[in-house]
Amino acid sequence: MSHSAQRLGVVAESAPGETRVAATPATVAQLVSLGYEVIVEKGAGGRSGFTDDAYARTGARIAGREETWDADVVLKVNAPSADETAALREGATLVSLIGPAANADLVDALARRPITVLAMDAVPRVSRAQSLDVLSSMANIAGYRAVIEAAHAFGRLFTGQVTAAGKVPPAKVLVAGAGVAGLAAIATATSLGAIVRATDPRPEVAEQVRSLGAEFLDVGVAQETSTDGYARETSRDYDRRAAEMYAEQAADVDIVITTALIPGRPAPRLLTAEHVARIRPGSVVVDMAAAQGGNVEGTRPGEAVVTENGVTIIGYTDLAGRLPAQASQLYGTNVVNLMKLLTPGMDGRLVLDFDDVVQRAMTVVRDGEKTWPPPPVPVSAAPAAPATPAAPVRGTAAAPSGRPPSPPGRRRHLVTAAVAAALFLLTAFSPNTLIEHVTVFVLSIVIGYYVIGNVHHALHTPLMSITNAISGIIVVGALLQIGQGDTVVAVLSFIAILLASINIVGGFAVTRRMLGMFTRS
Amino acid sequence: MTLATAAQAAYIVAALLFILSLAGLSKHETARSGVVLGISGMVIALAATVVLAADGGETLAVVLLLAAMVIGAAVGLWRARIVEMTAMPELIAILHSFVGLAAVMVGWNGFLEVENGGGARAEVPGSLLGVHHAEVSIGVFIGALTFTGSVVAFLKLSARIDSRPMMLPGKNHLNLGALAAFAVLTVLFVISPNLGLLVALTAVALLLGWHLVASIGGGDMPVVVSMLNSYSGWAAAASGFLLDNNLLIVTGALVGSSGAYLSYVMCQAMNRSFISVIAGGFGIEAGPAGDRDYGEHKEITAAETADLLKEAKSVVITPGYGMAVAQAQYPVADLTRKLRERGVEVRFGIHPVAGRLPGHMNVLLAEAKVPYDIVLEMDEINDDFATTSVVLVIGANDTVNPGAVEDPDSPIAGMPVLRVWEAENVVVFKRSMATGYAGVQNPLFFRHNSRMLFGDARQRVEEIVSAL
Repeated sequence: MSHSAQRLGVVAESAPGETRVAATPATVAQLVSLGYEVIVEKGAGGRSGFTDDAYARTGARIAGREETWDADVVLKVNAPSADETAALREGATLVSLIGPAANADLVDALARRPITVLAMDAVPRVSRAQSLDVLSSMANIAGYRAVIEAAHAFGRLFTGQVTAAGKVPPAKVLVAGAGVAGLAAIATATSLGAIVRATDPRPEVAEQVRSLGAEFLDVGVAQETSTDGYARETSRDYDRRAAEMYAEQAADVDIVITTALIPGRPAPRLLTAEHVARIRPGSVVVDMAAAQGGNVEGTRPGEAVVTENGVTIIGYTDLAGRLPAQASQLYGTNVVNLMKLLTPGMDGRLVLDFDDVVQRAMTVVRDGEKTWPPPPVPVSAAPAAPATPAAPVRGTAAAPSGRPPSPPGRRRHLVTAAVAAALFLLTAFSPNTLIEHVTVFVLSIVIGYYVIGNVHHALHTPLMSITNAISGIIVVGALLQIGQGDTVVAVLSFIAILLASINIVGGFAVTRRMLGMFTRS
Repeated sequence: MTLATAAQAAYIVAALLFILSLAGLSKHETARSGVVLGISGMVIALAATVVLAADGGETLAVVLLLAAMVIGAAVGLWRARIVEMTAMPELIAILHSFVGLAAVMVGWNGFLEVENGGGARAEVPGSLLGVHHAEVSIGVFIGALTFTGSVVAFLKLSARIDSRPMMLPGKNHLNLGALAAFAVLTVLFVISPNLGLLVALTAVALLLGWHLVASIGGGDMPVVVSMLNSYSGWAAAASGFLLDNNLLIVTGALVGSSGAYLSYVMCQAMNRSFISVIAGGFGIEAGPAGDRDYGEHKEITAAETADLLKEAKSVVITPGYGMAVAQAQYPVADLTRKLRERGVEVRFGIHPVAGRLPGHMNVLLAEAKVPYDIVLEMDEINDDFATTSVVLVIGANDTVNPGAVEDPDSPIAGMPVLRVWEAENVVVFKRSMATGYAGVQNPLFFRHNSRMLFGDARQRVEEIVSAL
């Protein structure tokens, strides 16, 4: 039904310094396969290194600015300017970063036009939506780039070396905030050979930090486990202890990378001017939260400044954009995944389903009506009830990676107590010989449970067939009975021995046969 | 040292060997020595018992005993040799029933020897007589339950009877009623043991076993088989109490608790309540889900699939029961070899409840010599689907159903599944568009990146192999 296919416009970014583009030749091909007619504004991918020809080759039509903005669906990276908003046709859908929590005016302005707006940065943190999550994909590259920028400004090696010309100490890096960006920074800095320390108010990320080879600095004040996968504001007690720790660390480390962000609020201030003054000359601070006000006192968004004591504070707000080809590819893939969700018929027609929590949460304006903020979405980082389909926790960002908590402890204790009491009564009123048997029985149950506890899944069948063979031990009973009674007993015993023997021999033989098949490549 | 103490010593050694045997089977590296340990334990226990029985027994009894063991061993060996790996679940089920039946007979013998005025009456002191009555009734009950339950499981697995759950009205009341009847009969039997009561008790247990398993659908058979495994252990333990034999108690409890734990692990994998499983009749309530319009499915030919595989960088194969039915494991292994020679990364993703037996798929793939280090569990592979070029779904359905994750109304909502749909391309091998065991439509088939390859899985895979 190509005659009814909607047009997707990929527009050039107007924001100064923006290098990214909302679609790459590779993602254009995927958008075309969803049934859309894709038009790309001339030169849109230029700063990411994608030529107009490359887009044309994968099925896009190159068009002028006006025609692209007149498309049914406009794909963009940054939020539109007032002029651009006015250029959208009636009933159009805009997909871009909006930052609806911080930019209420922008949302109001957009809602004055009869359009629909989907914010790529308002994806709820449920695992189904992980493939659309721009914040994660951008934070990942930005974290990498932050380390590269720091290494560039830092006048020394990251890695320690002992050479003929003397010893070079390794650089010490402190990463504040172990979200997606922080973890990417940790991984990059460790791979360059630096000694990396990291801190985060969420105790559950310690394991992730350590898994990347960094040291986790625990502030020592308990914070609640995150229920939505994002960090929240910290307690006063925590802040005081954290400040002490930063003061201590500031004097020791060479590189500080701060990534602390709280959704919908200005960035928390981690390093004060006082802290910065204690940092050694030549050191570098990268403030990844510069756009939201900065974690470091003295940060200037978009700039690198050198303080009086010779510390470089980097406040670039376009860290992801400094790797434009990759950033565009990831952003473009996030957009494609969104379009897949919005195009259930694969027929090039966008359908918005407000019953889907992901689509609902991302939609900030629908047909000129403001739909922000969305109703809260219970996300999967929270300990989900067993019956909900919410899928496994997401490992990349901030979710606890442990098992879901066990059923309510109190109930378990009650059951244990009841079983113990029943066992006690049963045993206390039993004759002596029975007590001996019950003891053996109970202990054997426990052994059986633990012996089996860590069996490899692939071995379940052999295990079952061997336990089956072993349970043929019942033959012992029949063996002892066969010579003791009359004819009926002898006949019954005979049959029992026969059957149990089939079981024993058959079970062992079949287990051996199965195990003989397992080979390793 | 008397013969009796020597036998007790042998029993302790045998019990320890059984424990080590089970422990050995938890790892690939030690699995084979685990079997050897198990066999040694069994040989020691049997030798000790035979010597004990022969000592002072009549010649005829010893001859009978040896004859029974030799015949049994021969039959067992013969069945184990010829069984098809795909028929393994049936074999294990029927073997469980033998244990159950043997336990019933041991219980009856106990009754005939003691309560019914047999020769052994004098051996049981008066104070323990009541306990002995109770032990007879419990042993017979568990044994009979295991027996008929296993027989039904065998019949269902070998498709001799319909595998759909039997739905008697008020089935939960029937089960509870049977349990209550058992309790009443046991009390009466302890007060005045007589043949009529024991017959009634056996009949109740046989019917309950039949009904428990008959009301469970074929798709849940892995759990059922594992549960019956556990029951057969409890039956042996009950006989141990009856006969005053610690070896039986230890071994029975080992098998019983390990089987129960295994069933528990599987229930978690299927997101089902353990209690409702051991109580039986937890079959699926929902019929085929509504007439929802899922759109059109797209078909693909074997040749096109081969082309897709040639271009692929990484391939994941997710087999299900359909692969076992079609005996497609050998061509699948061939395909795996061919692709790996071409430099394609091939791995297998196994859902915990794929097949009709825990680890069923692993055994089939091992039979066809697929190296076990490329056969991964669901949790190991689930995050990798997004970077996989082609997923081949061979005879699996419910275990790859996106509805479990995305549709809260789905009858299988919340069941962990293989997220195959995240891959670039999914090829589904299937005989027709019919639903899986859970009777739930699978939206996977209608996804834009899914292609259906209809027909016999074995033939289709062979065609792909020759096209490569």
